[in-house]
Amino acid sequence: MTNKYLKKIEQIAKEINKEVTIMEVCGGHTNTIMKYGIRDILPKNVRLISGPGCPVCVTAQKDIDNMVALAKSGISVASYGDMMHVPGTKGSLAKAKEQGADVAIIYSAQEMLKTENKNRVFFGIGFETTTPMTAYLLEHGICVYSAHKIMPPPMRAITTETKVDGFIDPGHVSCIIGTKFWHELNVPQVICGFKKDQLIRAVYKLLVLIKDQKNEVINDYNEVVKETGNLKARELIRKNMKLYDAEWRGLGEISKSGLEPKNDNLNAKIKYSSILRDVKSFSNKACRCGEIIKGICSPNDCPLFGKVCTPQTPMGACMVSETEGACGIAYKYKNG
Amino acid sequence: MCLAIPGKVESIKGENAIIDYGGIKKSANISFIDAKVGEWVLVHVGFAIEKVDEKKAKELYNLLDEND
Repeated sequence: MTNKYLKKIEQIAKEINKEVTIMEVCGGHTNTIMKYGIRDILPKNVRLISGPGCPVCVTAQKDIDNMVALAKSGISVASYGDMMHVPGTKGSLAKAKEQGADVAIIYSAQEMLKTENKNRVFFGIGFETTTPMTAYLLEHGICVYSAHKIMPPPMRAITTETKVDGFIDPGHVSCIIGTKFWHELNVPQVICGFKKDQLIRAVYKLLVLIKDQKNEVINDYNEVVKETGNLKARELIRKNMKLYDAEWRGLGEISKSGLEPKNDNLNAKIKYSSILRDVKSFSNKACRCGEIIKGICSPNDCPLFGKVCTPQTPMGACMVSETEGACGIAYKYKNG
Repeated sequence: MCLAIPGKVESIKGENAIIDYGGIKKSANISFIDAKVGEWVLVHVGFAIEKVDEKKAKELYNLLDEND
């Protein structure tokens, strides 16, 4: 199947006859693209760039620093393993744990309901795919520090800042939110699964939309993504969480782009505001994660990449996740 | 982080189900979907987020092999 689409891509790229930029939004897509060298087999005028879809990478420095501060203040916290090694201004959560802070690593949100975890502050991160689980925990009275974000607002911001002709939309975010929200972006888009054949087919379908100047959304992952999304999950989010102006690494504050607890008593940012008030955040000025997230530069353009910044000693968030972070993936497949 | 793993529902007790991931069995919460024993689901951080048909689920298994 792949070869058939590669030939078709070559043909249509010739017909378009100008440079086309396609952004794959999801870090999982970036991983497949880099693993199979898909960028290198596409025609020269078709450029694939990575978007803001790595939850670890887009979490603001301030949120990391706040969680580290809570842990160091003696508050028991819990986090998905992905966030443990993201460097904050004063070390990571892993470092705080090493130094004696009570930090539990959670693999499934359900673990938070165990007696030993119920009183911990849960570090909620991720996009719409991961948010319903946090909403479920809020429903069960767990206190949450939320860095949850929603995908459409930054994509809207990117279309005004960067030249993007089309998006490969994230498959499992779409599984929760459905297909409607993407139409509002008014840019050619294809919702895609995570196999290499699916991604190559998505590039072809996007090129057809771009050539025909059709700002449509094709659901090419309809075995999983329904038009309405997952209504039960969406309802649970609506019941327990509300939109707020979230800060994104690289993109800054974006209006109504995050979700936080509706119940102030379960919102760690409010409950522990006296501790968090004094937390100071500074980013490493040489680190170019912010620009990499926006698709303005590649990992190799960063002076730290592969030299002082490696998966063992990450200086920036994009190096931490080897499955979704642009730098971590580029390092793994030796392809910046 | 947004990756989801397909598995087959083996048994259900309340909101939770035992999911068989090709031999490895683990509990997952199924309260977001209407799943029955024998059906295939996609699981993300301990919660089933959607049902998938068996043929598609098996194709997704191949994906996981490729990605390892």
